[in-house]
Amino acid sequence: MKELVRVASGQGFWGDSLEAPRQQVEGGEVDYLMLDYLAEVTMSILQKQKERDPSLGYARDFVGAIESVMPALIERGVKVIANAGGVNPPACAIAIRDLRGSSNLRIAVVTGDDLLHRLDQLIDQGHALANMETGDPLSSIRDRVLAANAYIGSVPIVEGLRLGANIVITGRSTDTALTMAPLRYEFGWSETDWDKLAAGIIAGHIIECGAQCSGGNCLYDWKSIPDLANVGYPIAEAKPDGSFVITKHAQTGGRINVPSVTEQLVYEMGDPREYITPDVVADFTTIHLEQDGPDRVRVSGIKGRPATDKLKVSIAYRAGFKAVGTLVYTWPEAVEKARAADRILRERLDRLGLRFDQVLTELVGVSATHGPLALSEIDTLKVPEAQLRVGVRGENRRDVERFTREIAPLVLNGPPTVTGFAGGRPKVEEIVAYWPALIDKNVVTTRVEIV
Amino acid sequence: MKIRLVDIAHARSGDKGDTANVGLIALRPEWYPVLERYVTQEAVSRHFDGMIHGPVTRYELPNLNALNFLLHGALDGGGTLSLKTDAQGKVFSTALLRMWIEVPQSEAIASNLPSGD
Repeated sequence: MKELVRVASGQGFWGDSLEAPRQQVEGGEVDYLMLDYLAEVTMSILQKQKERDPSLGYARDFVGAIESVMPALIERGVKVIANAGGVNPPACAIAIRDLRGSSNLRIAVVTGDDLLHRLDQLIDQGHALANMETGDPLSSIRDRVLAANAYIGSVPIVEGLRLGANIVITGRSTDTALTMAPLRYEFGWSETDWDKLAAGIIAGHIIECGAQCSGGNCLYDWKSIPDLANVGYPIAEAKPDGSFVITKHAQTGGRINVPSVTEQLVYEMGDPREYITPDVVADFTTIHLEQDGPDRVRVSGIKGRPATDKLKVSIAYRAGFKAVGTLVYTWPEAVEKARAADRILRERLDRLGLRFDQVLTELVGVSATHGPLALSEIDTLKVPEAQLRVGVRGENRRDVERFTREIAPLVLNGPPTVTGFAGGRPKVEEIVAYWPALIDKNVVTTRVEIV
Repeated sequence: MKIRLVDIAHARSGDKGDTANVGLIALRPEWYPVLERYVTQEAVSRHFDGMIHGPVTRYELPNLNALNFLLHGALDGGGTLSLKTDAQGKVFSTALLRMWIEVPQSEAIASNLPSGD
């Protein structure tokens, strides 16, 4: 058994740095490259792509990433774990197979998370797949569902590694399992080693957002964080006992210290004692952090509890249309002008008889993000410029389309000193919304295949 | 003595559906008890009055010198439904750091808090 396993994070979401995967394998020694491509909404985008072309439906950036790290995979045996498969892991594997040099590699494909084709059967069998936030049954939006995937855990990834895979491609794996699975495989942790499994999950949580734990988006002492242009992505150096160090390669920018890691730990946190995953329930109140040299934070003491008998399901459904229009008003009385324009616009929308579920007005540069907390502290007469930002949302595409025609006229027929319309008419966007649900674990069966 | 959170804490926020979370972290370990005592669920709920439509829940993580707040109904529907600039609650963190707390002079001195305004 290895005494130390290094898992490097090379992608925090689909759209993250294209250079990071290569920098992670070339910047120093690593054993695994972990690439997380899937956010809640990503699955529905991929599902739409698959509908148009059955050979798509996966994160295409992944193909370029593998191409850029191919020498390290072949010559140094670095392994890759990625949820790049999206809604079509087999197609993703075929795209990797087409790369020069890939004949030297074993690719494992994990499937079974996709529940879309089973939804009606599951509902008939009594699985309500109720929305975890509202309690509404899935049947209320069944005809609008685009994608449905269970979040799956570490087991099939470990199986892929046992089968000798150099690359494991999954669909809707949890982000954290991508890091925990190789540790579980290498150290032989059992399915009831709750503390160790929880430690692996927390290592995954810390590095799953890429540089967000190594100096990126870090509020603590942000101005002194060095060389973000060359920011180093994080690496978890783990030991068999479940303790690990978060670090990054030498000669990279950014910073890893207790505050930067703490900020990432609290990101998107719910109840800290109940971080529920398919493999284990991790307790964030047991984490101990300490600085262990420059850009090294040691993490230890983590406790976990048995997993629940449910899996979370990510369901994407069509939920109407939206559009957002903006205009910029300037001093003097920028805020008053923007507010007047908003009143006029709303009156015109009313006169046209347009129906929306919501019309939202914000003043960017004034109160869009801090609302009344900001307004109470500024003299609005002194504001040099304010961006009026009006958004509408509704079921009827034509009404939303009509709204987008009502912004530009304000430039000539509304309040004075207005600019910032160079971008043209706002775009109408179809809303694909997220429906979180739970399902019994035993109805989801994953499969692992070497291709 | 009035202290503003931005002077004694840092923070990061994110989303879960229509709920924003804000993790509030003491800038120094010895300031964590001050956060725990004065940045209560009720005080944060008052601070965000008019900005969120649901209750506030607080969790304590003394091991990280941090508090975690869940702000329910903060994101106008959340995710892709939300029309807000901050649809994913990324900067609620700084909105919380605007909050003022009242700390007795003796306690502020004992905790070595920075002098307020």
